[in-house]
Amino acid sequence: MRLSGKDILGIKELSTDEINLIIETAESFKEVLERDIKKVPTLRGKTIVNLFYEPSTRTRISFELAGKRMSADVINIAPSISSIVKGESLIDTVKNIESMNSDFIILRHSAAGAPYLISKVLKSSVINAGDGSHEHPTQALLDILTIKEKKGGTQGLDVAIIGDISHSRVARSNIYGLTKLGAKVRVSGPPTMIPWGIEKLGVKVFYKMEDALKDVDVIMMLRIQLERQEKGLFPTIREYAKLYCLTPERVKLAREDVIIMHPGPINRGVEISPEVSDGSYSVILEQVTNGLAVRMAVLYLLSGEAE
Amino acid sequence: MKKEKEETNIKNSSLITHRSSLLIKGGRVIDPSSNLDEITDILIENGKITKIGKIQDSTLKQVQGKTQSSGLRDLDVIDAKGKVVVPGLIDMHVHLREPGYEYKETIKTGTEAARAGGFTVVCCMPNTNPVNDSRSVTEFILDRTIKEGSTDVYPIGAISKGLKGEELSEMADLVEAGCVAFSDDGKSVMDSELMRRAMEYAIALGVPIISHCEDTNLSKGGVMNEGFVSTELGLQGIPDSAEEVIISRDLLLAEITGVKLHIAHVSTKGSVRLIKEAKERGIGVTAETCPHYFLLTDNEVRGYDSDAKVNPPLRTEEDIEAIKQGLKDGTIDVIATDHAPHNIAEKLVEFDYAPFGIVGLETALSLSLKLVEWGVLTINELIEKMTANPARILGLKKGILNVGSDADVTIIDMNQKVTVDPMKFRSKGRNTPFKGAKLKGLPIITILRGKT
Amino acid sequence: MSKPKEKAVILDKTAVERTLSRMTHEILERNRGIEDIIFVGIRTGGVHLARRIAKKVREIEKKEVPVGILDITLYRDDLGTKKKPSLRKTDIPFPITDKKVILVDDVLFTCRTIRAALDSLMDFGRPSLVQLAVLIDRGHKELPIRADYVGKNIPTSQKESVKVMLEEEGFDDRVVLMEEVE
Repeated sequence: MRLSGKDILGIKELSTDEINLIIETAESFKEVLERDIKKVPTLRGKTIVNLFYEPSTRTRISFELAGKRMSADVINIAPSISSIVKGESLIDTVKNIESMNSDFIILRHSAAGAPYLISKVLKSSVINAGDGSHEHPTQALLDILTIKEKKGGTQGLDVAIIGDISHSRVARSNIYGLTKLGAKVRVSGPPTMIPWGIEKLGVKVFYKMEDALKDVDVIMMLRIQLERQEKGLFPTIREYAKLYCLTPERVKLAREDVIIMHPGPINRGVEISPEVSDGSYSVILEQVTNGLAVRMAVLYLLSGEAE
Repeated sequence: MKKEKEETNIKNSSLITHRSSLLIKGGRVIDPSSNLDEITDILIENGKITKIGKIQDSTLKQVQGKTQSSGLRDLDVIDAKGKVVVPGLIDMHVHLREPGYEYKETIKTGTEAARAGGFTVVCCMPNTNPVNDSRSVTEFILDRTIKEGSTDVYPIGAISKGLKGEELSEMADLVEAGCVAFSDDGKSVMDSELMRRAMEYAIALGVPIISHCEDTNLSKGGVMNEGFVSTELGLQGIPDSAEEVIISRDLLLAEITGVKLHIAHVSTKGSVRLIKEAKERGIGVTAETCPHYFLLTDNEVRGYDSDAKVNPPLRTEEDIEAIKQGLKDGTIDVIATDHAPHNIAEKLVEFDYAPFGIVGLETALSLSLKLVEWGVLTINELIEKMTANPARILGLKKGILNVGSDADVTIIDMNQKVTVDPMKFRSKGRNTPFKGAKLKGLPIITILRGKT
Repeated sequence: MSKPKEKAVILDKTAVERTLSRMTHEILERNRGIEDIIFVGIRTGGVHLARRIAKKVREIEKKEVPVGILDITLYRDDLGTKKKPSLRKTDIPFPITDKKVILVDDVLFTCRTIRAALDSLMDFGRPSLVQLAVLIDRGHKELPIRADYVGKNIPTSQKESVKVMLEEEGFDDRVVLMEEVE
């Protein structure tokens, strides 16, 4: 069993078998992370370039550590936003990087589709670390791994994703992944943040958060980007929090053994109240640990020549 | 087979041949404005059409005698048997990019592309640098066309100075210099008051206002059609309403002002409905669409191909059907290209950052013939939308095959097969989502004032 | 495409049992008992054999010996292609430093697996010594490694392969020689 492509661009393009392969491989990698010496020689001599056009601490460190734990050389490049406008093009940048014999390029970019653009011109494996409002595949994979660990599987689970669905790559990747694995996904947020035709992806839309939470097994809260307020997608943070903040009272609407997830970083008191994010239902820190294992799995499975 | 090859050679050597007499023999001659559709001959002398009908040998001898005695070359004869002979095509919506963006296109390369695509007339939009909002720019374009052009060029002047949507340009002076219409194409005139004044002003000048309809508040940040595909791709959408809101407004303004309003690049079902209703109410509105709006949907954007990034954006099957219906019932009068060339490097970037635009001059006719193949239009109706109709809207004495009119003639081989290869374009632009498309029907000779 | 075909039975059920018993005695004899001994089976075949040997030790010595599981995948030197052996967990839930580790594998061939296993093992601690026990040594070694305990030496050709079939995997215990036929 192997992955069919040289890249991981989106969950949409992965088959159910491929998703399961990554998850199972990640489960094995978790054991490596528990050793005293958390390092294996698997990617010795390989070069991983983290090319992050958008600031990110969590995802970048996770990929960096994943690479280092597998003995790869990891380089971080964070071009300033201004260089996108006046400097060399993305394609020129990645071709230059590849000329230094990179094996993996991990791209975080504010423009949807940017990883697709570079994957066509590169021999290196491209891993999408988040492209605009499109996809964030490794986030969904780590979320799936976390759900699987906590719930024993994903088949038949009710999962509510709450927040700015329109602009969320985490939501899209999770919708693709979870529906492929047999979960029933609901989304909820203000109508201004529910994108056109999302139902066609096999999800149910609820404008009222309370309706979406009823009897769910998993609640996945999305980070609300505060600058969306300026674009008029919601009137005030106060009103958003009033309608869509996950409070202990709202958690009670879900099943008793519900787990609560958040891709981070958290706006405490906006989309999730501190009692909930730090509470017993929260698996937010497990998500971070699983992120490392999933990224090691992806690097491992993508490494090497296609036969 | 051999004959066809010779014809191609004639076409390619167009710059060095000058003929005073030309006979197009035995083609199916279609002239929508005079309801002509028969197999006949066209005789061209000194750049004008002198006879349409069966040319007798005696007439030929007479013509030959004249040409020989004047020391010019013999009469040239084009055997158009099995071919369709139509008035030179008119594209009323083209971006030639010169002055200012010569790296994208020039008047020379743009008109060469037009000529190759069967066009003898193109109208260039004013979003150059400097903007065509003053006599000097208009004169520059016309002067450059005389020196380097392969087709006639009729400039379209800017409605507002610098396309800023704030103050009217010197429209009367621009008309005097040679502008045939006004538009802020590429941008929408968002100030309704300014649009109203431009329309009123245009009435006195007798020229149409061509409106690029886009509510820029609704379309802000958008890069493709708003719909299921934009949801999947995570790209910001441009809703149908961005186009329809401004069409509605302009139709209302046209009604109160009585201007000749022409709606550019219609892309939605709702727009077709609005224009149809306005026409039924007697408003003086005409409309155009482009081949990509009746052939392609937003599915082309999957894979983030920036060659499919165009404004207005590629819409859906439903819109395509409405546009076809609009073409069929006459709601849409014109097929234009909105030829918008860009440099390859400009398009080879993140989808969000790529400029909008598709080149169209060298594919328009072959693509539009699909409408005939599908039975949406007859060949006569199609040709009308690419000749007589744009000429009528702009008040040009072009797009017709009459004795005494300019000998602008396009000869089409309806059976020739072609695969779209952007690298072979004469245009500097390669940006077309039709790359690799297999099409049937091609203009093989484009005659401009008697010159092949 | 050639398909491996069964050529001969090297060990049958009784022989497998007898061989493992002999190896167990050799291990105990060489190490003078089971003080500080731990078994580490290399996935997959080695694990079953390590457990069987450990069971025999228990029967003889009446004491438990720890058995660990080693997955050497991440230490392999042939990961250059996309086709990856499926990665499974290593499970050595006890310290190995200053212990006598008996590595157990089913077939010794190129010795590359053992090299990977040794490297991996060292990342878990510093054993006082490591010994290698294999059921079959089929030759063709590519590294200077030899087994301390061998169930049976079988000279083979490159075209042949050795298949260890065990109850734990749903077979009747036996070891067979396979040959690729065109």
